[in-house]
Amino acid sequence: MTVAASLRSRRARDPLPGFRLALGGTLLWVGLIVALPLTALIVRPWQEGPSAMLAALHDGRMFAALRVSFTTALLAALIDVPLGLTLAWALVRGRLPGRRIADGLIDLPFAIPTAVTGITLATLYGPQGWLGAPLAKLGLSIAYSATGIVVALMFVGLPFIVRSVEPVLRDLPPELEEAAGLLGARPWQTVWRVILPTLLPAAVSGFGLAFARGIGEYGSVIFIAGNQPYHSEIAPLLVVVRLQEYDYAGATSIAFVLLVISSLCLAAVAWLRRRVARGLIVGADE
Amino acid sequence: MIGSSRWGLAALTWAIIAVILILPPVLVMTEALRNGAGAPIASLADPDALSAIRLTLVMTALSVLINTIFGVLAAWVISKYRFPLRGFLVALIELPISVSPVVAGLVWLLLFGTQGWWGEALDRMNIHIAFAAPGILLATLFVTFPYVTRTIAPLMEQQGRDAEEAAMLLGASFFQILWRVTLPEARWALLSGVLLTTARAMGEFGAVSVVSGHIPGMTETMPLHIETLYNGYQTVAAFSMAALLALMAMATVGLRSLLEARARASLQTKDTAP
Repeated sequence: MTVAASLRSRRARDPLPGFRLALGGTLLWVGLIVALPLTALIVRPWQEGPSAMLAALHDGRMFAALRVSFTTALLAALIDVPLGLTLAWALVRGRLPGRRIADGLIDLPFAIPTAVTGITLATLYGPQGWLGAPLAKLGLSIAYSATGIVVALMFVGLPFIVRSVEPVLRDLPPELEEAAGLLGARPWQTVWRVILPTLLPAAVSGFGLAFARGIGEYGSVIFIAGNQPYHSEIAPLLVVVRLQEYDYAGATSIAFVLLVISSLCLAAVAWLRRRVARGLIVGADE
Repeated sequence: MIGSSRWGLAALTWAIIAVILILPPVLVMTEALRNGAGAPIASLADPDALSAIRLTLVMTALSVLINTIFGVLAAWVISKYRFPLRGFLVALIELPISVSPVVAGLVWLLLFGTQGWWGEALDRMNIHIAFAAPGILLATLFVTFPYVTRTIAPLMEQQGRDAEEAAMLLGASFFQILWRVTLPEARWALLSGVLLTTARAMGEFGAVSVVSGHIPGMTETMPLHIETLYNGYQTVAAFSMAALLALMAMATVGLRSLLEARARASLQTKDTAP
Protein backbone atom coordinates (compact mmCIF):
# COMPACT_ATOMS: atom_id res chain seq x y z
CA MET A 1 0.00 0.00 0.00
CA THR A 2 2.68 2.48 1.02
CA VAL A 3 4.95 1.21 -1.73
CA ALA A 4 2.18 1.72 -4.25
CA ALA A 5 1.48 5.21 -2.92
CA SER A 6 5.12 6.22 -3.01
CA LEU A 7 5.40 4.74 -6.49
CA ARG A 8 2.50 6.85 -7.67
CA SER A 9 3.91 10.03 -6.19
CA ARG A 10 7.33 9.30 -7.66
CA ARG A 11 5.88 8.72 -11.08
CA ALA A 12 4.21 12.09 -10.86
CA ARG A 13 7.27 14.16 -10.06
CA ASP A 14 10.30 12.15 -11.08
CA PRO A 15 10.13 9.45 -13.69
CA LEU A 16 12.57 6.62 -14.23
CA PRO A 17 16.20 7.70 -14.20
CA GLY A 18 18.02 8.06 -17.48
CA PHE A 19 15.42 9.99 -19.43
CA ARG A 20 17.66 12.95 -20.14
CA LEU A 21 20.72 10.88 -20.93
CA ALA A 22 18.87 8.48 -23.19
CA LEU A 23 16.92 11.25 -24.91
CA GLY A 24 20.10 13.27 -25.38
CA GLY A 25 21.93 10.29 -26.90
CA THR A 26 18.97 9.50 -29.12
CA LEU A 27 18.63 13.07 -30.36
CA LEU A 28 22.36 13.26 -31.07
CA TRP A 29 22.24 10.02 -33.02
CA VAL A 30 19.04 10.81 -34.91
CA GLY A 31 20.26 14.33 -35.55
CA LEU A 32 23.65 13.38 -36.97
CA ILE A 33 22.70 10.29 -38.94
CA VAL A 34 19.17 11.08 -40.13
CA ALA A 35 18.04 14.67 -39.59
CA LEU A 36 21.20 16.43 -40.76
CA PRO A 37 21.59 14.61 -44.10
CA LEU A 38 17.86 14.81 -44.81
CA THR A 39 17.92 18.54 -44.10
CA ALA A 40 20.62 18.80 -46.75
CA LEU A 41 18.38 16.88 -49.14
CA ILE A 42 15.46 19.21 -48.50
CA VAL A 43 17.42 22.48 -48.49
CA ARG A 44 19.96 21.83 -51.22
CA PRO A 45 17.63 21.85 -54.26
CA TRP A 46 16.49 25.39 -53.40
CA GLN A 47 19.97 26.73 -52.73
CA GLU A 48 20.57 27.88 -56.27
CA GLY A 49 17.16 29.52 -56.32
CA PRO A 50 13.72 28.17 -57.13
CA SER A 51 14.32 28.61 -60.87
CA ALA A 52 17.24 26.14 -60.80
CA MET A 53 15.04 23.63 -58.97
CA LEU A 54 12.23 24.12 -61.48
CA ALA A 55 14.67 23.73 -64.35
CA ALA A 56 15.98 20.50 -62.80
CA LEU A 57 12.42 19.24 -62.38
CA HIS A 58 11.61 20.14 -65.98
CA ASP A 59 13.48 17.18 -67.38
CA GLY A 60 11.87 14.66 -69.69
CA ARG A 61 14.39 11.94 -68.86
CA MET A 62 13.60 12.33 -65.16
CA PHE A 63 9.87 11.95 -65.74
CA ALA A 64 10.51 8.93 -67.92
CA ALA A 65 12.67 7.36 -65.19
CA LEU A 66 10.05 8.09 -62.53
CA ARG A 67 7.39 6.58 -64.77
CA VAL A 68 9.49 3.44 -65.31
CA SER A 69 10.09 3.08 -61.56
CA PHE A 70 6.46 3.73 -60.72
CA THR A 71 4.88 1.39 -63.27
CA THR A 72 7.32 -1.50 -62.79
CA ALA A 73 7.00 -1.30 -58.99
CA LEU A 74 3.22 -1.18 -59.28
CA LEU A 75 3.07 -4.12 -61.68
CA ALA A 76 5.50 -6.23 -59.65
CA ALA A 77 3.60 -5.60 -56.41
CA LEU A 78 0.30 -6.41 -58.13
CA ILE A 79 1.62 -9.72 -59.45
CA ASP A 80 3.06 -10.49 -56.03
CA VAL A 81 -0.35 -10.22 -54.33
CA PRO A 82 -1.91 -13.45 -55.74
CA LEU A 83 1.43 -15.26 -55.52
CA GLY A 84 1.91 -14.13 -51.92
CA LEU A 85 -1.68 -15.02 -50.96
CA THR A 86 -1.21 -18.52 -52.42
CA LEU A 87 2.06 -19.03 -50.55
CA ALA A 88 0.65 -17.70 -47.28
CA TRP A 89 -2.44 -19.89 -47.59
CA ALA A 90 -0.36 -22.98 -48.34
CA LEU A 91 1.95 -22.25 -45.41
CA VAL A 92 -0.79 -21.67 -42.85
CA ARG A 93 -3.70 -23.82 -43.98
CA GLY A 94 -2.52 -26.03 -46.80
CA ARG A 95 -0.69 -28.64 -44.71
CA LEU A 96 2.08 -28.19 -47.23
CA PRO A 97 4.63 -31.00 -47.38
CA GLY A 98 7.99 -29.48 -46.41
CA ARG A 99 6.25 -26.53 -44.81
CA ARG A 100 9.19 -25.54 -42.60
CA ILE A 101 11.64 -25.47 -45.51
CA ALA A 102 9.18 -23.46 -47.58
CA ASP A 103 8.73 -21.05 -44.67
CA GLY A 104 12.48 -20.45 -44.47
CA LEU A 105 12.76 -19.94 -48.23
CA ILE A 106 10.14 -17.17 -48.21
CA ASP A 107 12.59 -14.84 -46.46
CA LEU A 108 15.35 -15.52 -48.96
CA PRO A 109 14.83 -12.26 -50.90
CA PHE A 110 15.23 -10.37 -47.59
CA ALA A 111 18.42 -12.25 -46.82
CA ILE A 112 20.26 -12.15 -50.13
CA PRO A 113 22.16 -8.89 -50.66
CA THR A 114 20.77 -6.85 -53.55
CA ALA A 115 23.94 -6.97 -55.66
CA VAL A 116 23.87 -10.77 -55.51
CA THR A 117 20.19 -10.79 -56.48
CA GLY A 118 20.99 -8.42 -59.33
CA ILE A 119 23.71 -10.43 -61.05
CA THR A 120 21.89 -13.70 -60.36
CA LEU A 121 18.58 -12.66 -61.92
CA ALA A 122 20.38 -11.05 -64.86
CA THR A 123 22.14 -14.37 -65.52
CA LEU A 124 19.07 -16.50 -64.86
CA TYR A 125 16.81 -14.53 -67.20
CA GLY A 126 19.56 -13.48 -69.63
CA PRO A 127 19.58 -14.75 -73.24
CA GLN A 128 21.69 -17.78 -72.24
CA GLY A 129 20.16 -18.25 -68.80
CA TRP A 130 18.34 -21.28 -67.43
CA LEU A 131 15.01 -19.48 -67.73
CA GLY A 132 16.01 -16.83 -70.26
CA ALA A 133 17.02 -19.27 -73.01
CA PRO A 134 13.79 -21.31 -73.10
CA LEU A 135 11.72 -18.14 -72.80
CA ALA A 136 13.67 -16.58 -75.68
CA LYS A 137 12.70 -19.55 -77.85
CA LEU A 138 9.08 -18.71 -77.08
CA GLY A 139 9.79 -15.19 -78.23
CA LEU A 140 9.85 -13.70 -74.71
CA SER A 141 12.89 -11.68 -73.77
CA ILE A 142 12.97 -10.64 -70.13
CA ALA A 143 16.44 -9.39 -69.28
CA TYR A 144 17.61 -5.94 -70.38
CA SER A 145 14.12 -4.46 -70.64
CA ALA A 146 11.39 -3.11 -68.38
CA THR A 147 10.10 -6.69 -68.06
CA GLY A 148 13.39 -7.58 -66.36
CA ILE A 149 12.80 -4.80 -63.84
CA VAL A 150 9.37 -6.23 -63.01
CA VAL A 151 10.87 -9.71 -62.52
CA ALA A 152 13.54 -8.37 -60.17
CA LEU A 153 11.03 -6.32 -58.17
CA MET A 154 8.70 -9.32 -57.91
CA PHE A 155 11.49 -11.29 -56.30
CA VAL A 156 12.29 -8.49 -53.87
CA GLY A 157 8.65 -7.78 -52.97
CA LEU A 158 7.22 -11.26 -52.55
CA PRO A 159 8.11 -11.73 -48.85
CA PHE A 160 6.34 -8.49 -47.93
CA ILE A 161 2.98 -9.87 -49.08
CA VAL A 162 3.44 -13.32 -47.51
CA ARG A 163 4.62 -11.96 -44.17
CA SER A 164 1.83 -9.36 -44.00
CA VAL A 165 -0.94 -11.83 -44.75
CA GLU A 166 0.38 -14.80 -42.77
CA PRO A 167 -0.34 -13.59 -39.19
CA VAL A 168 -3.88 -12.50 -40.11
CA LEU A 169 -4.53 -15.84 -41.74
CA ARG A 170 -3.20 -17.64 -38.70
CA ASP A 171 -5.55 -15.72 -36.39
CA LEU A 172 -8.53 -16.35 -38.64
CA PRO A 173 -10.70 -18.91 -36.84
CA PRO A 174 -11.26 -22.06 -38.94
CA GLU A 175 -14.85 -21.94 -37.70
CA LEU A 176 -15.39 -19.09 -40.14
CA GLU A 177 -14.80 -21.41 -43.07
CA GLU A 178 -16.77 -24.21 -41.43
CA ALA A 179 -19.70 -21.90 -40.85
CA ALA A 180 -19.58 -20.72 -44.47
CA GLY A 181 -19.50 -24.36 -45.58
CA LEU A 182 -22.42 -25.28 -43.32
CA LEU A 183 -24.41 -22.36 -44.69
CA GLY A 184 -23.97 -23.87 -48.13
CA ALA A 185 -21.06 -21.95 -49.58
CA ARG A 186 -18.97 -23.76 -52.13
CA PRO A 187 -15.21 -23.81 -51.46
CA TRP A 188 -14.50 -21.07 -54.00
CA GLN A 189 -17.33 -18.98 -52.52
CA THR A 190 -15.80 -19.38 -49.08
CA VAL A 191 -12.44 -18.22 -50.41
CA TRP A 192 -13.84 -15.37 -52.46
CA ARG A 193 -16.56 -14.08 -50.10
CA VAL A 194 -15.27 -14.94 -46.63
CA ILE A 195 -11.50 -15.35 -46.58
CA LEU A 196 -10.26 -12.85 -49.15
CA PRO A 197 -12.20 -9.89 -47.71
CA THR A 198 -10.72 -10.51 -44.26
CA LEU A 199 -7.23 -10.77 -45.73
CA LEU A 200 -7.62 -7.71 -47.92
CA PRO A 201 -6.27 -5.06 -45.50
CA ALA A 202 -3.18 -7.17 -44.78
CA ALA A 203 -2.68 -7.82 -48.47
CA VAL A 204 -2.99 -4.11 -49.24
CA SER A 205 -0.50 -3.34 -46.50
CA GLY A 206 1.96 -5.88 -47.92
CA PHE A 207 1.33 -4.48 -51.38
CA GLY A 208 2.16 -0.98 -50.14
CA LEU A 209 5.40 -2.15 -48.54
CA ALA A 210 6.45 -4.03 -51.67
CA PHE A 211 5.56 -1.06 -53.85
CA ALA A 212 7.46 1.43 -51.68
CA ARG A 213 10.48 -0.84 -51.65
CA GLY A 214 10.25 -1.35 -55.41
CA ILE A 215 10.28 2.36 -56.22
CA GLY A 216 13.58 2.89 -54.43
CA GLU A 217 15.18 -0.44 -55.29
CA TYR A 218 18.56 -0.21 -56.99
CA GLY A 219 21.00 -3.11 -56.66
CA SER A 220 18.72 -5.96 -57.66
CA VAL A 221 17.41 -4.02 -60.67
CA ILE A 222 20.31 -2.33 -62.48
CA PHE A 223 21.97 -5.53 -63.72
CA ILE A 224 18.84 -6.92 -65.35
CA ALA A 225 17.28 -3.64 -66.49
CA GLY A 226 19.37 -2.79 -69.54
CA ASN A 227 19.24 0.83 -68.33
CA GLN A 228 18.16 2.46 -71.56
CA PRO A 229 17.19 6.09 -70.95
CA TYR A 230 13.43 6.68 -71.39
CA HIS A 231 12.71 2.90 -71.53
CA SER A 232 14.34 0.85 -68.83
CA GLU A 233 16.15 3.42 -66.73
CA ILE A 234 14.86 3.54 -63.15
CA ALA A 235 14.79 6.76 -61.13
CA PRO A 236 17.43 5.68 -58.56
CA LEU A 237 19.83 4.89 -61.41
CA LEU A 238 19.24 8.34 -62.92
CA VAL A 239 20.26 9.81 -59.55
CA VAL A 240 23.57 7.98 -59.90
CA VAL A 241 23.95 9.08 -63.54
CA ARG A 242 23.35 12.72 -62.59
CA LEU A 243 25.89 12.46 -59.79
CA GLN A 244 28.47 11.09 -62.21
CA GLU A 245 27.76 14.13 -64.40
CA TYR A 246 28.36 16.33 -61.30
CA ASP A 247 24.76 17.55 -61.67
CA TYR A 248 23.94 17.71 -57.97
CA ALA A 249 20.79 19.80 -58.50
CA GLY A 250 19.39 17.22 -60.93
CA ALA A 251 20.29 14.29 -58.68
CA THR A 252 18.83 15.99 -55.63
CA SER A 253 15.53 16.86 -57.24
CA ILE A 254 14.96 13.24 -58.32
CA ALA A 255 15.95 12.05 -54.85
CA PHE A 256 13.53 14.53 -53.34
CA VAL A 257 10.63 13.25 -55.46
CA LEU A 258 11.54 9.64 -54.62
CA LEU A 259 11.60 10.44 -50.91
CA VAL A 260 8.18 12.10 -51.04
CA ILE A 261 6.61 9.19 -52.96
CA SER A 262 7.94 6.46 -50.66
CA SER A 263 7.04 8.45 -47.51
CA LEU A 264 3.48 8.90 -48.76
CA CYS A 265 3.31 5.20 -49.52
CA LEU A 266 4.41 4.16 -46.05
CA ALA A 267 2.17 6.72 -44.40
CA ALA A 268 -0.75 5.18 -46.29
CA VAL A 269 0.25 1.70 -45.09
CA ALA A 270 0.56 2.90 -41.49
CA TRP A 271 -2.84 4.60 -41.68
CA LEU A 272 -4.39 1.43 -43.05
CA ARG A 273 -2.82 -0.68 -40.31
CA ARG A 274 -4.09 1.63 -37.58
CA ARG A 275 -7.58 1.47 -39.03
CA VAL A 276 -7.48 -2.29 -39.20
CA ALA A 277 -6.12 -2.58 -35.66
CA ARG A 278 -8.89 -0.35 -34.36
CA GLY A 279 -11.45 -2.38 -36.25
CA LEU A 280 -10.19 -5.57 -34.65
CA ILE A 281 -10.33 -4.08 -31.17
CA VAL A 282 -13.90 -2.94 -31.71
CA GLY A 283 -14.73 -6.43 -32.93
CA ALA A 284 -13.25 -7.96 -29.78
CA ASP A 285 -15.28 -5.65 -27.55
CA GLU A 286 -18.48 -6.72 -29.20
CA MET B 1 -11.91 -34.07 -54.25
CA ILE B 2 -10.65 -32.04 -51.31
CA GLY B 3 -7.56 -34.22 -51.22
CA SER B 4 -6.77 -33.60 -54.87
CA SER B 5 -7.16 -29.83 -54.50
CA ARG B 6 -4.83 -30.00 -51.51
CA TRP B 7 -2.14 -31.72 -53.58
CA GLY B 8 -2.79 -29.30 -56.43
CA LEU B 9 -2.17 -26.40 -54.07
CA ALA B 10 0.99 -28.03 -52.74
CA ALA B 11 2.31 -28.59 -56.25
CA LEU B 12 1.48 -25.03 -57.27
CA THR B 13 3.13 -23.64 -54.15
CA TRP B 14 6.30 -25.61 -54.63
CA ALA B 15 6.39 -24.65 -58.31
CA ILE B 16 6.26 -20.96 -57.35
CA ILE B 17 8.89 -21.46 -54.69
CA ALA B 18 11.16 -23.43 -57.01
CA VAL B 19 11.10 -20.93 -59.86
CA ILE B 20 11.19 -17.73 -57.84
CA LEU B 21 13.12 -18.65 -54.71
CA ILE B 22 15.18 -21.81 -55.24
CA LEU B 23 16.64 -21.26 -58.72
CA PRO B 24 18.57 -18.05 -57.87
CA PRO B 25 20.72 -19.43 -55.01
CA VAL B 26 21.32 -22.66 -56.97
CA LEU B 27 22.50 -20.55 -59.90
CA VAL B 28 24.91 -18.61 -57.67
CA MET B 29 26.55 -21.81 -56.48
CA THR B 30 26.63 -23.37 -59.97
CA GLU B 31 28.22 -20.32 -61.56
CA ALA B 32 30.80 -20.03 -58.79
CA LEU B 33 31.80 -23.69 -59.14
CA ARG B 34 31.66 -23.76 -62.95
CA ASN B 35 35.44 -24.15 -63.28
CA GLY B 36 35.81 -26.46 -60.30
CA ALA B 37 36.23 -25.82 -56.61
CA GLY B 38 39.70 -24.31 -56.95
CA ALA B 39 38.60 -21.29 -58.99
CA PRO B 40 36.45 -19.61 -56.32
CA ILE B 41 39.15 -20.04 -53.71
CA ALA B 42 41.77 -18.58 -56.03
CA SER B 43 39.53 -15.64 -56.93
CA LEU B 44 38.75 -14.91 -53.28
CA ALA B 45 42.47 -14.91 -52.47
CA ASP B 46 43.02 -12.03 -54.91
CA PRO B 47 44.32 -8.95 -53.03
CA ASP B 48 41.43 -6.74 -54.17
CA ALA B 49 38.94 -9.42 -53.09
CA LEU B 50 40.62 -9.77 -49.69
CA SER B 51 40.62 -6.02 -49.24
CA ALA B 52 36.89 -5.91 -50.08
CA ILE B 53 36.16 -8.65 -47.54
CA ARG B 54 38.20 -6.85 -44.89
CA LEU B 55 36.48 -3.52 -45.55
CA THR B 56 33.03 -5.11 -45.39
CA LEU B 57 33.82 -6.83 -42.08
CA VAL B 58 35.20 -3.64 -40.51
CA MET B 59 32.32 -1.45 -41.73
CA THR B 60 29.75 -4.01 -40.59
CA ALA B 61 31.31 -4.35 -37.13
CA LEU B 62 31.47 -0.57 -36.63
CA SER B 63 27.92 0.08 -37.85
CA VAL B 64 26.50 -2.70 -35.73
CA LEU B 65 28.32 -1.48 -32.64
CA ILE B 66 27.30 2.17 -33.01
CA ASN B 67 23.73 1.49 -34.08
CA THR B 68 23.21 -1.04 -31.28
CA ILE B 69 24.33 1.33 -28.52
CA PHE B 70 22.24 4.24 -29.75
CA GLY B 71 19.43 1.95 -30.84
CA VAL B 72 19.03 0.67 -27.28
CA LEU B 73 18.99 4.22 -25.89
CA ALA B 74 16.37 5.25 -28.44
CA ALA B 75 14.23 2.19 -27.70
CA TRP B 76 14.42 3.00 -23.97
CA VAL B 77 13.29 6.57 -24.54
CA ILE B 78 10.40 5.79 -26.88
CA SER B 79 9.16 2.73 -25.02
CA LYS B 80 9.33 3.82 -21.37
CA TYR B 81 8.34 7.47 -21.55
CA ARG B 82 5.64 9.65 -23.04
CA PHE B 83 6.79 13.12 -24.08
CA PRO B 84 5.91 15.82 -26.60
CA LEU B 85 6.90 15.07 -30.22
CA ARG B 86 7.52 11.42 -29.37
CA GLY B 87 5.60 10.36 -32.48
CA PHE B 88 7.78 12.62 -34.60
CA LEU B 89 10.93 11.07 -33.12
CA VAL B 90 9.64 7.57 -33.87
CA ALA B 91 8.85 8.58 -37.45
CA LEU B 92 12.34 10.04 -37.84
CA ILE B 93 13.93 6.84 -36.53
CA GLU B 94 11.88 4.72 -38.94
CA LEU B 95 12.46 7.00 -41.92
CA PRO B 96 15.64 5.39 -43.30
CA ILE B 97 13.70 2.20 -44.04
CA SER B 98 11.61 4.00 -46.63
CA VAL B 99 14.49 5.87 -48.24
CA SER B 100 15.92 4.53 -51.48
CA PRO B 101 19.49 3.26 -50.93
CA VAL B 102 20.75 5.62 -53.61
CA VAL B 103 19.22 8.57 -51.77
CA ALA B 104 20.79 7.30 -48.54
CA GLY B 105 24.16 7.66 -50.24
CA LEU B 106 23.40 10.93 -51.98
CA VAL B 107 22.56 12.79 -48.76
CA TRP B 108 26.12 12.29 -47.55
CA LEU B 109 27.55 13.67 -50.78
CA LEU B 110 25.40 16.77 -50.27
CA LEU B 111 27.28 17.29 -47.01
CA PHE B 112 30.74 15.94 -47.74
CA GLY B 113 31.05 15.64 -51.53
CA THR B 114 33.24 17.94 -53.63
CA GLN B 115 30.19 20.15 -54.27
CA GLY B 116 28.76 19.49 -50.82
CA TRP B 117 28.37 21.96 -47.99
CA TRP B 118 31.55 21.04 -46.12
CA GLY B 119 33.39 18.86 -48.62
CA GLU B 120 35.82 21.44 -49.89
CA ALA B 121 36.64 22.87 -46.48
CA LEU B 122 37.33 19.42 -45.08
CA ASP B 123 39.35 18.53 -48.15
CA ARG B 124 41.62 21.48 -47.47
CA MET B 125 42.14 20.19 -43.94
CA ASN B 126 43.00 16.84 -45.52
CA ILE B 127 39.95 15.13 -44.05
CA HIS B 128 38.33 12.82 -46.58
CA ILE B 129 34.84 11.54 -45.90
CA ALA B 130 33.19 11.11 -49.30
CA PHE B 131 34.85 8.51 -51.54
CA ALA B 132 36.62 7.11 -48.47
CA ALA B 133 35.90 4.74 -45.58
CA PRO B 134 34.15 7.31 -43.32
CA GLY B 135 31.57 7.97 -46.05
CA ILE B 136 30.94 4.25 -46.44
CA LEU B 137 30.45 4.00 -42.69
CA LEU B 138 28.00 6.93 -42.61
CA ALA B 139 25.98 5.47 -45.49
CA THR B 140 25.85 2.07 -43.78
CA LEU B 141 24.87 3.68 -40.47
CA PHE B 142 22.01 5.52 -42.16
CA VAL B 143 20.69 2.42 -43.93
CA THR B 144 20.85 0.13 -40.88
CA PHE B 145 19.79 2.85 -38.45
CA PRO B 146 16.27 1.71 -37.39
CA TYR B 147 16.58 -2.06 -37.05
CA VAL B 148 17.69 -2.45 -33.41
CA THR B 149 15.18 0.10 -32.12
CA ARG B 150 12.39 -1.34 -34.24
CA THR B 151 13.00 -4.86 -32.99
CA ILE B 152 13.27 -4.17 -29.27
CA ALA B 153 11.04 -1.13 -28.68
CA PRO B 154 7.68 -2.95 -29.07
CA LEU B 155 8.81 -5.64 -26.63
CA MET B 156 10.14 -3.11 -24.11
CA GLU B 157 6.90 -1.17 -24.32
CA GLN B 158 4.88 -4.34 -23.76
CA GLN B 159 6.91 -5.10 -20.65
CA GLY B 160 5.78 -1.84 -19.11
CA ARG B 161 7.84 -0.15 -16.43
CA ASP B 162 6.88 -1.99 -13.24
CA ALA B 163 10.13 -3.94 -12.95
CA GLU B 164 12.14 -0.80 -13.75
CA GLU B 165 10.26 1.22 -11.14
CA ALA B 166 10.83 -1.48 -8.54
CA ALA B 167 14.55 -1.44 -9.36
CA MET B 168 14.54 2.35 -9.12
CA LEU B 169 12.92 2.22 -5.66
CA LEU B 170 15.61 -0.23 -4.65
CA GLY B 171 18.17 2.41 -5.62
CA ALA B 172 19.39 1.14 -9.00
CA SER B 173 20.94 3.65 -11.39
CA PHE B 174 19.90 4.05 -15.02
CA PHE B 175 22.62 1.79 -16.38
CA GLN B 176 21.97 -0.83 -13.72
CA ILE B 177 18.29 -0.87 -14.61
CA LEU B 178 19.03 -1.04 -18.32
CA TRP B 179 21.70 -3.71 -17.99
CA ARG B 180 20.19 -5.86 -15.22
CA VAL B 181 16.43 -5.46 -15.64
CA THR B 182 15.38 -4.30 -19.08
CA LEU B 183 17.91 -5.82 -21.46
CA PRO B 184 17.94 -9.34 -19.99
CA GLU B 185 14.18 -9.46 -20.58
CA ALA B 186 14.64 -8.26 -24.15
CA ARG B 187 17.82 -10.18 -24.95
CA TRP B 188 16.40 -12.35 -27.73
CA ALA B 189 14.84 -9.39 -29.46
CA LEU B 190 18.07 -7.43 -29.07
CA LEU B 191 20.12 -10.22 -30.59
CA SER B 192 17.62 -10.50 -33.40
CA GLY B 193 17.89 -6.77 -34.11
CA VAL B 194 21.69 -6.95 -34.01
CA LEU B 195 21.70 -9.83 -36.50
CA LEU B 196 19.31 -8.00 -38.81
CA THR B 197 21.56 -4.93 -38.68
CA THR B 198 24.56 -7.16 -39.46
CA ALA B 199 22.91 -8.75 -42.48
CA ARG B 200 21.79 -5.39 -43.85
CA ALA B 201 25.14 -3.73 -43.22
CA MET B 202 27.24 -6.28 -45.06
CA GLY B 203 24.90 -6.49 -48.03
CA GLU B 204 24.31 -2.78 -48.55
CA PHE B 205 24.99 -1.84 -52.15
CA GLY B 206 23.20 1.28 -53.42
CA ALA B 207 24.06 3.71 -50.63
CA VAL B 208 27.66 2.56 -50.37
CA SER B 209 28.02 2.59 -54.16
CA VAL B 210 27.16 6.29 -54.31
CA VAL B 211 29.64 7.41 -51.62
CA SER B 212 32.47 4.95 -52.15
CA GLY B 213 34.11 6.08 -55.38
CA HIS B 214 34.72 2.43 -56.35
CA ILE B 215 38.48 2.31 -55.92
CA PRO B 216 39.42 -1.42 -56.09
CA GLY B 217 41.52 -2.49 -53.15
CA MET B 218 40.68 0.74 -51.31
CA THR B 219 37.02 1.69 -51.06
CA GLU B 220 35.30 -1.36 -52.50
CA THR B 221 33.18 -3.44 -50.18
CA MET B 222 32.13 -6.97 -51.10
CA PRO B 223 28.91 -5.94 -52.92
CA LEU B 224 30.77 -3.26 -54.88
CA HIS B 225 33.54 -5.69 -55.80
CA ILE B 226 30.88 -8.10 -57.09
CA GLU B 227 29.66 -5.36 -59.44
CA THR B 228 33.18 -4.58 -60.66
CA LEU B 229 33.94 -8.24 -61.34
CA TYR B 230 30.60 -8.85 -63.05
CA ASN B 231 30.90 -5.81 -65.29
CA GLY B 232 34.44 -6.92 -66.13
CA TYR B 233 33.07 -10.28 -67.33
CA GLN B 234 34.90 -12.15 -64.54
CA THR B 235 31.81 -14.27 -63.99
CA VAL B 236 33.31 -17.00 -61.84
CA ALA B 237 35.04 -14.51 -59.55
CA ALA B 238 31.87 -12.37 -59.33
CA PHE B 239 29.71 -15.34 -58.39
CA SER B 240 32.32 -16.67 -55.95
CA MET B 241 32.24 -13.39 -54.07
CA ALA B 242 28.44 -13.34 -54.40
CA ALA B 243 28.25 -16.88 -52.97
CA LEU B 244 30.42 -15.93 -50.01
CA LEU B 245 28.43 -12.76 -49.30
CA ALA B 246 25.10 -14.54 -49.72
CA LEU B 247 26.19 -17.34 -47.38
CA MET B 248 27.29 -14.82 -44.76
CA ALA B 249 24.01 -12.93 -44.98
CA MET B 250 21.88 -16.07 -45.09
CA ALA B 251 23.68 -17.54 -42.09
CA THR B 252 23.00 -14.32 -40.16
CA VAL B 253 19.34 -14.24 -41.12
CA GLY B 254 18.98 -18.00 -40.51
CA LEU B 255 20.42 -17.64 -37.02
CA ARG B 256 17.94 -14.86 -36.42
CA SER B 257 14.97 -17.05 -37.43
CA LEU B 258 16.19 -19.77 -35.05
CA LEU B 259 16.43 -17.24 -32.23
CA GLU B 260 12.99 -15.89 -32.97
CA ALA B 261 11.48 -19.34 -32.89
CA ARG B 262 13.18 -19.86 -29.55
CA ALA B 263 12.03 -16.52 -28.20
CA ARG B 264 8.47 -17.28 -29.26
CA ALA B 265 8.65 -20.66 -27.55
CA SER B 266 9.94 -19.12 -24.30
CA LEU B 267 7.23 -16.46 -24.47
CA GLN B 268 4.58 -19.13 -24.88
CA THR B 269 5.75 -21.16 -21.89
CA LYS B 270 5.72 -17.96 -19.88
CA ASP B 271 2.17 -17.23 -21.01
CA THR B 272 0.89 -20.66 -20.08
CA ALA B 273 2.65 -20.61 -16.69
CA PRO B 274 0.34 -19.36 -13.90
